[in-house]
Amino acid sequence: MEDSLLFDAIERYRNGEMSQQEKTFFEELRKNNPEIDQFAAEHNFFLGELEKISEIKAYRHNLNEIENKLTNEGVISGKDAKGKAKIVHLWNRYRRTIAVAASIAGIVSISTATIVSMYSEKKKADVVTPLVDHKLNQFERKLNQIEHKVNEASSLPAANVPSKPKFEANFRATGFLVDGSGYLITNAHVINNAKNIIVENIKGDQFSAKPVYVNPTTDLAVLKITDTSFKKVITLPYTFAKSSAELGEHIFTLGYPREEVVYGEGYLSAKSGYFGDTTSYQVSISVNPGNSGGPVVNKNGDIIGIISSKETNADGVVFAIKSKNIYTALDEVKKDEEIKLPTINSLKGLEREQQIKKLEDFVYMVKGN
Amino acid sequence: MNIYEQEKALLEGLAANDTNAIETIYRENYTTIQAYIVKNNGYPEDARDIFQEAMIVLFEKAKLSSFVLSCQIKTYLYSVSRRLWLKKLQQKNRYNPAIEVLKETVPVEDQMEAHEKMNADFNLMEKALLKIGEPCKSLLEAYYIQKKSMPEIADAFGYTNADNAKTQKYKCLVRLKKIFFAQYKNGD
Repeated sequence: MEDSLLFDAIERYRNGEMSQQEKTFFEELRKNNPEIDQFAAEHNFFLGELEKISEIKAYRHNLNEIENKLTNEGVISGKDAKGKAKIVHLWNRYRRTIAVAASIAGIVSISTATIVSMYSEKKKADVVTPLVDHKLNQFERKLNQIEHKVNEASSLPAANVPSKPKFEANFRATGFLVDGSGYLITNAHVINNAKNIIVENIKGDQFSAKPVYVNPTTDLAVLKITDTSFKKVITLPYTFAKSSAELGEHIFTLGYPREEVVYGEGYLSAKSGYFGDTTSYQVSISVNPGNSGGPVVNKNGDIIGIISSKETNADGVVFAIKSKNIYTALDEVKKDEEIKLPTINSLKGLEREQQIKKLEDFVYMVKGN
Repeated sequence: MNIYEQEKALLEGLAANDTNAIETIYRENYTTIQAYIVKNNGYPEDARDIFQEAMIVLFEKAKLSSFVLSCQIKTYLYSVSRRLWLKKLQQKNRYNPAIEVLKETVPVEDQMEAHEKMNADFNLMEKALLKIGEPCKSLLEAYYIQKKSMPEIADAFGYTNADNAKTQKYKCLVRLKKIFFAQYKNGD
């Protein structure tokens, strides 16, 4: 039971319950006996810990009591915030989550919109067919070759006539003169990626041409005839309408859906083009691949537009680029080239046949590869 | 009494576990801390826990013999609460908000370390007390924590006399000490 006595002694020493004599004896004992001293130190530390813990326990107990008291008094609100404060609290608490959710929602809607628009764009490409004839058929090619041979044969005696270069086209469309010195307008999609461009008039004269202006957005292109054999035309018989055309106006067009010029007539059916495109008209006219780039002429001989495409699944729904865009395009060309737009309309008041006769000389077949 | 003296008196009261002092400090500071915690992603219940913990840190500090009041009590409590709350938020793995600093703070890192050590020791002792089981636990608590006298304890626990109770207490203490130091040395 020595340990027990030692414990007791240490505790009494700690609490100052020892008499002076006892205290001196105890200190002496610790000094002389390292084992006892170590034991005492250890026990002292342990009692210290125990005391500290008991103090804190008591203090915690006090704290709880006070907290309860103050809660009862209403100094500490025990309930969650209510009303507006609650909203503010929830907002503070979840604003990050909300921000993340909102960003995801944003991304989803934007990507959905993108996908939808991509899809609809694709649809547009499917639904609207550019009127370029890429399927020059075998028969026509053969015919071309024979024609060439015949031309060559017939022109052999006349040595000074320049022989035409042998040319195999893989597309055919239409274009028409905007300046007598050799500038034609057609669709941008017509000459898209073409390496060589040949224009041919109604008499069969072929001239090589090069693009001087291409704008895929407005789908307009201006070609310049580079051949020196081209004879300049002093005046063109038509003008370009500056104002908007009226619904129901009778219109006609000339184009090259075949190797021969083809006339077509119809009326203006809407003032906007595909999907509300305000840069074009919808016209009701019978056209085929090859008509692209053909002029749309009203009864006065004003050119109001250029045939560009038709809706694939609907009959007679054709789109024509408004003539206003021709002005814009030519203004661009004017920066680099000397170009003058026709100002006198000599088709006005003529019979349709007469108009066509005058017009057809200036409507060209555009071919290329 | 100027503010300094008032606060000094309050802290002395706190160190002595004086209910009035604790209550005064509670009344003067609780609202600010709750406002801060609620503003920073917490609930009023969180504020209660944090405030109590901060009060314990203050208590520990006030009990130190080397204690000098270097700032106002409210600044100190605010700094400690902020530090405690930041840590809790990290543990909870909530979004760590850009904590709003409403008031000036003082560095409390050293005190926090001491506090964490104390908490660990406290838990150790609690665990050890649980392990020795009854009636040892109650006996030791009655003597060392509730500071009851040996005859009182003998009476309450049904020992025939104080000496028997004392022997029992001694046995319990040895066991407790053994468990405590075993855990303590393991750094458990």
